[in-house]
Amino acid sequence: MTRCLLLSMHEWKQQHAPRVPKVDRVHLEVGSFTCVEPDQLVVTWSDAVKGTWLDGSELVIESVPLVGRCIRCQATYSPDAADGFRSPCCQHPMEEIVSGRELRIRSVAYGFETASPPPTASCPTVAC
Amino acid sequence: MHMPLEDSLGLNLLAANQHRADHNRAHFDAWNVLCLNVMSSPGAGKTSLLERSLAALSSRWAMAVLEGDMTTLLDAERLEAVGIPVVPITTGRACHLDAAMVGGGLKLLQQRLDPAELDLLWVENVGNLVCPAEFAIGEHRKVALLSVTEGDDKPLKYPVMFREADCVLITKVDLLPHLPVDVERIETHIRQVNPHTAVFRLSATSGVGFDAWHDWLAAQLTSVQTTPALIHA
Repeated sequence: MTRCLLLSMHEWKQQHAPRVPKVDRVHLEVGSFTCVEPDQLVVTWSDAVKGTWLDGSELVIESVPLVGRCIRCQATYSPDAADGFRSPCCQHPMEEIVSGRELRIRSVAYGFETASPPPTASCPTVAC
Repeated sequence: MHMPLEDSLGLNLLAANQHRADHNRAHFDAWNVLCLNVMSSPGAGKTSLLERSLAALSSRWAMAVLEGDMTTLLDAERLEAVGIPVVPITTGRACHLDAAMVGGGLKLLQQRLDPAELDLLWVENVGNLVCPAEFAIGEHRKVALLSVTEGDDKPLKYPVMFREADCVLITKVDLLPHLPVDVERIETHIRQVNPHTAVFRLSATSGVGFDAWHDWLAAQLTSVQTTPALIHA
């Protein structure tokens, strides 16, 4: 997962070429119904970026809780393994997941180590 | 010192892998090949499943296997013995196949045959109930195995795998008379996290359940081969 994050960050860096951004923080949204352990990802990130263009950057992870919607009663609820992920109102299986599957790079805080002013269109290919 | 800037990305953490998976998928569609990603914990019976299905279906469909393993070629050698082309992918320390690894396996496969002559490409993933569930490889269908010896709680303990699966195979059912496990409870737990997945009970030893499983495969193959590809590599 760390490798995938590094690859995605590398693709983002290419948008600023030839300048190399100095990254302060990378903000992630990680759903609780994923295979990612946030604390582990933070540890592996700090090791993986040492000596690279991302050295010194901080990984900030916001956990997104698992929320389901019961298709019978339309109520949202917090599915729990102890309850078999079922809807508490009618015991219906977990059909719709409203949130909890997120694995998203929300934003990147960065700058440029130069005296020149920053570009006005800093991110041409994403919705800023 | 630098002037602080911030880009809002909203970018999938796995975007780089997804790009490669989309590329693989475009090849599968162009070749008109159904690709299955077969996943389970170690020892659930993936290779035994393939041995039996490959032997039973080889006269009906042209097939090949990409065989993922952390180390050794043992599984690949077992499947080669069935007479089906097998490309081993040794992942080293990685606990799952990713799209780039499968892309590399496809290049090796192309050196041996024309993939457009295949009907079905099996990808046997590394034994692991966690990471493979998150990493798309370009497959059309995800197949998860759960053996009865693993207990009935695994769908609740590893829900992402079973949520993602298009089909769950409950394997080693010939052992049920010898185990204090309730297969109905296993299936109930699977359906609690994924009410719409197909579930079959199999034994690669006795062969029970394989006809229904192969019927499901035939339906998926028909579905993929009669659906025009939207994008081509």
